Order: sequence, then C-alpha cells, then structure tokens
Amino acid sequence: MTASQIIFYLISAFILSMGVLSVTSRKIFRSAIWLLFSLIGIAALYFWMDVQFIAAVQIVVYVGGIVVLIIFSIFLTQQSGKEMPKAPLLRTIAGALAVLFGFAYTYLLIDQYGFPTIDQPFDSDVARIGNAMLNTQEGGYALPFEVVSILLLAAMVGCIVIALKTKPEEK
Amino acid sequence: MSDIPISHILFVSTALFFIGMYGLFTRRNMITMLMAIELILNSVNINFVVFNKYLYPDKLDGIFFTIFIVTIAAAEAAVAIAIIINLYRSHKSIDVEDATDMKY
Repeated sequence: MTASQIIFYLISAFILSMGVLSVTSRKIFRSAIWLLFSLIGIAALYFWMDVQFIAAVQIVVYVGGIVVLIIFSIFLTQQSGKEMPKAPLLRTIAGALAVLFGFAYTYLLIDQYGFPTIDQPFDSDVARIGNAMLNTQEGGYALPFEVVSILLLAAMVGCIVIALKTKPEEK
Repeated sequence: MSDIPISHILFVSTALFFIGMYGLFTRRNMITMLMAIELILNSVNINFVVFNKYLYPDKLDGIFFTIFIVTIAAAEAAVAIAIIINLYRSHKSIDVEDATDMKY
C-alpha cells in the first residue's frame, strides 16, 4: 500500500464513523459536533482528490456557515444537555434493514458496472473555473450563476419574513 | 492517486448517503433531520466530483454542479432554520409528531 492509499482509507473511515455517530448520538449538540467533523473529513477527501477550490468552498460554506447556523438554532430551541427520546425499536430495526438492503443493492450495481477510467490529468484550477462560470458562450455557466444569485436573494428575504416576530396585537 | 479504484470512492459516498437515510428514518427532531439531509447532499457532491475527475477529466460540469448544490444547500438550510424557529415559537416544540396542524 502506498501512502496515498493509506490516507484515503483513513479519511474514509473518519467520514463514515463520524457520520454514523452524528445520526445515532442522542444528545443533539454532540450530534452537531460529529456532523462538523464529518464535513471536515469530506473537505479532506476533496483535498486528497486535488480539487482545492471545492475543498475551500466546503470548509467556508458548510463548516463555517451551515454548522454554525445549526448550532445557533439548537441553542435557541433546545435544552442542549437533555437527551432526546429514543426512537421506537420497530422503527430503528425497519430503518436499519431498509438502509442495509438499499446499500447492498446499490453497491452491487456499482461494483458490477466497472467504470472505465481515463488516465488523464484533471485540471481544476480556479482561473479555469472562473472563466467557465462567467462565460456566456457554449459551455458557459453565466445563466445558472445569475439564477442562483436571484435564488439567494429570494431565500434571504424569505428567511427575514418567516422569522420576523409578529406583533402581539395582531393575534 | 489513480491506485484507488473508483468503486472504493463510490463506496464512501453510497455509505454516507444511506447513513443519512437512516438518520432521516429514525429521527423525529427537525434539526437532526436537517443534519441528515446535509449528509445526503454531501454524498451527492462527492459523487459529482469523482465522476468529473475520473471519467470526464476534460470537462468541468461536475465541479459546477457541486458548487451550485452547495449554494442551494446553504439557502435551504437558512430557510429551514427560519421555519423551525417560527414553529418553535408557536408550538414550543420542534418534533415533527407535535406539528400536526397546518393552520396559522
């Protein structure tokens, strides 16, 4: 085994174990922290695959944004030291069985397909991504870029309207 | 780099997807369900990057799909948390079993 292979298997084990802890932990704050570690592991996987820009986006948006938002909302709505009630045994068993069979079936299909890989270096430097993102010609992404910016504006206005405190005399 | 077969990386993303599905099946708290959805979206992102890098190295489509999915996931998380906080104000609970009425 080369060093690259060992690093890959270590990162994968880290991601999967943190993900399992995140969905099974019964303290909600710990669950959020395990999710944070899992997302950091995914960013490490992107660094391993040599896509530095996506790894940076992953760290900035997920680790710096979404997890912090989730932790704030936990503090606003929960007693974070309290344990959550256990899921019913029937639901746990049924969920685990459905997930196991789904995983086995999907991975069997993936394993049998045998993807034909092309041995060609992948160039994903930021200049190439930026040129393609604002390119209005064939193969450019200017229109989705603008649509996503409108979506972000709409989401921002929507969040403010939804979370706005209603005045007591309106009720 | 290329000494790892592509199916091993797809194993990680598939396992992460089904871990997220398990969380979505068993949890009944809205914030933990949102965390499970984040895991699912991340597994999809890994798939897009892997397919772009190993099968179509001369294109950038997978990278762009990943960037847009990350953006939309951020917007989705923000709107979902606004809804959760509003629900907590009116029901004093964020369990999906307690939120049975859709009336204002």
